[in-house]
Amino acid sequence: MKYRFNSGTCWLWLNAGAVSCCLLMLAGLLWLLLVNGLGHFWPSPVVQFTVTADSGHHPVILGELIRTEPVPDTATAASTVVRYLIRQGKNTDGPEFRWYRSDQLSHWQLPPNAAVLERHNGSRWYMVADEQEAMPALPDIARISYPNQMSFGQKLADYSYHLWQFLSSAPQTASAGGGIFPAIFGTVIMVLLMSVIVTPIGVMAAVYLHEYARQGLLVRLIRISVYNLAGVPSIVFGVFGLGFFVYVVGGSIDNLFYADRLPSPVFGTPGLLWVSLTMALLTLPVVIVSVEEGLSRIPQELRMGAYALGATRAEMLWKVILPLATPAMMTGLILAIARAAGEVAPLIFVGVVKLAPSLPVDGTFPYLHLERKIMHLGYQIYDSGLQSPDPDAAQSLVYATALVLVVLILLLNLVAIRVRNRLREKYHSV
Amino acid sequence: MNDALSAGPHTPEHSKLQVCDVSLYYGQTAVLQNINLTVPANRVTAFIGPSGCGKSSLLRCFNRMNELMDDSRMSGTILLDGQDIHTPQVDVAELRRKVGMVFQKPNPFPLSVYDNVAFGLQLQGITRKRQLDEIVENALRKAALWSEVKDRLHQSALSLSGGQQQRLVIARAIAIEPEIMLLDEPASALDPISTLKLEELIYELKQQYSIVIVTHNMQQAARVSDYTAFMYMGQLIEFDVTNKMFTDPGQQQTEDYITGRFG
Repeated sequence: MKYRFNSGTCWLWLNAGAVSCCLLMLAGLLWLLLVNGLGHFWPSPVVQFTVTADSGHHPVILGELIRTEPVPDTATAASTVVRYLIRQGKNTDGPEFRWYRSDQLSHWQLPPNAAVLERHNGSRWYMVADEQEAMPALPDIARISYPNQMSFGQKLADYSYHLWQFLSSAPQTASAGGGIFPAIFGTVIMVLLMSVIVTPIGVMAAVYLHEYARQGLLVRLIRISVYNLAGVPSIVFGVFGLGFFVYVVGGSIDNLFYADRLPSPVFGTPGLLWVSLTMALLTLPVVIVSVEEGLSRIPQELRMGAYALGATRAEMLWKVILPLATPAMMTGLILAIARAAGEVAPLIFVGVVKLAPSLPVDGTFPYLHLERKIMHLGYQIYDSGLQSPDPDAAQSLVYATALVLVVLILLLNLVAIRVRNRLREKYHSV
Repeated sequence: MNDALSAGPHTPEHSKLQVCDVSLYYGQTAVLQNINLTVPANRVTAFIGPSGCGKSSLLRCFNRMNELMDDSRMSGTILLDGQDIHTPQVDVAELRRKVGMVFQKPNPFPLSVYDNVAFGLQLQGITRKRQLDEIVENALRKAALWSEVKDRLHQSALSLSGGQQQRLVIARAIAIEPEIMLLDEPASALDPISTLKLEELIYELKQQYSIVIVTHNMQQAARVSDYTAFMYMGQLIEFDVTNKMFTDPGQQQTEDYITGRFG
C-alpha cells in the first residue's frame, strides 16, 4: 500500500479521475442543451380530447402534445397518473400552454388531418381540416402544416424550417414565438466592438508594464490592482458603466454635440457603445495578463540581439517583440470573448434590452449606430426563462437560446484560435 | 593613459579599443575592478577565466549592453579608436552598429533567413531590394553559410541547425559592417564539427574585423586567438600574446588555471 502510494499510481488514478469528471460534466451540459434545445423545434403530434373534470360542460381540446410527466395520484396511491402539457394555441381562452391530467379527460385521439396554422406574429391556431367550422378571420397565416400526417422526411423539413425561423427572424411580442436573430446579431457586434476597444488598450498597457516600467513597488502595486480588477463582480462594472460612461461621458457628449436635441438624450442613455466599453473594461485584465505572460515568454536573447544590431527600444518592440507576442494577444482575446459573450449582469445597466426596435447596423449613415440599444443572447435567456408570462412555453426556448449562445461563443473562439495558430506557425513561438 | 597602454603586451600593433581603469558594479556588487587592457585591431583577443569572473560583463561594456540592466554602474573610460564611447555625443545605437555582438545561445529572430540578415540594414533605412540582396549574400558568404542556405533564404531561420544559426547570427552582425565583433562564448552550445567551422570562420574574419571572444574552452582560446586575457574574480590577472600565455605565463594563477589546477 505504501509502495503504491509512493510510486504514484494512485495519484495517476486520482488525476485521471478528475479529468474524466470534467469531461463528463461538459458532455452532460452539452447533451442537456442539445436534447432540450433542439427538441423544441421537432413537430409534436396534435391531439384531441374531451375534458371531463368540470361537471357542467365538457370542452373539446385540440392542441399539440408538448410533454408528458407522471404525477402522484391523490385519490388512489396505487395507480399512476400522467399529466400532459398541451399547447392549445389561441383556440380557447386562457393560457396558451396548459396541463391536463390523464384521469380527467376522455376521447383521446390523434386526428389525422389536424392542422397547425402559424401566424406571422408567432401565435398558433389548431383545427381539424374537414371540420366546416368557421375559422376566425386570419389574414396573416404564415404556414399551415399537418403534423399527424407527416413522414419522417417531412418532419425533418418542418424542423429545419422552424429552426431557421428561430435563428433568422426577430422576436414577436405576441407570444413566445419568433426568433432570436437580433440577439445573435447584438451579441456578435458587441463582442467585435469590445475586441476592437480592448485589444489595443490591453496590449499597450501590458507592453508598458513589462517592457518600459522600471520594476519596482509602484509597478507591482499597479499589476496587483489590474489582476484584482478581474475579480470584481461583473455587476459592479455594470453600475460603474451606468454611472460613469452613460451619465458622465454620455451626458457630456450630449451637452457638447447634441444640445439641440436635449432633453431627450442621444448618448446619455444606455446603448451599444457603452455596452462595449463596459465589457472592454471588464475583460481588460484578462488581456493584460495574457499579453504580459506572452511577453515574458519571449527569450531575453532576442531583445539583446536586436539591441546589439543597433535597434532602439521602440524598434526592438515593433519589429521583434510585438510580432512574437501576437499569439499571446489572441489568447487574451479568446479569453475576453468567452467572458464577454456570456456576461449578462452588467449589460442590463448599460444598453441591453428585451426588445430593441432596430439593429445597431443598417443601411443609413453612419451605418453603425453606437447609440442604439441592443439585444443579447444571455439577456434573452434570462428574460425568457424568468420574466416570461408563460414559463412552460419558455422552458425549451431557454435551452435553445442557451445552445445558440454556446455555439456562438464556440464559433467566435474557433476563429480566434485559427488566427492564433497561423500566427504561431508564422513565428514559431510558444 | 600611457600606463594603461603599457599594462598590455608590448606590441607594435594598432590598438582598436582601449580600456582604462574600468570598474563595473551591479548594485553593490563589484563585478569588474580597475581593468586596463588594449584590444588590438585585426587580431583575435580571447578572454578566459572561470565562470563569474566578469569576462562577459567586460565584453558587454564594449557596446554598452550593461546599461540595459537595472542598477548597473560603470566607472573608467573605454576608447574606441581614441573616442570615448560614453560621451553624450555618442549615439548608443550607432556604437552598437560599430561593435557587433554574438551571444552564447544562437538567437536568430523568428523570421526568414533573409530577413534575419537584413534586419540591421532595414533598421538603418536600407530598403532597396537590389542593395539588400547584395549585402545579404555577401554577409552570408563571409559567414560561410551561403552555400548551405542559398536555396532556402525565405524559410524560417529556426529551421537551421544550431551551428548554422550561430553562423547566421554572425552574418547578421557582419551585414551592418561593424568594426569590432564581440563573441560571447559563441561555441558553447555547438557540437564539435560546428565549433570547428566557427573557429575557421573566426580565423577568416580577423582579416577584416577586430575580434574579442569570451570562452570557457582553453584549447579554443589557444587555437583561435592572438592575444589572451586571463581574468579572475573581476580582475585582469594577465594579458599577453596567446603563445606566451599558454607556454610561459607570467603569473602563478594563470598557470594554475591553464594547467587545470582550478577553474
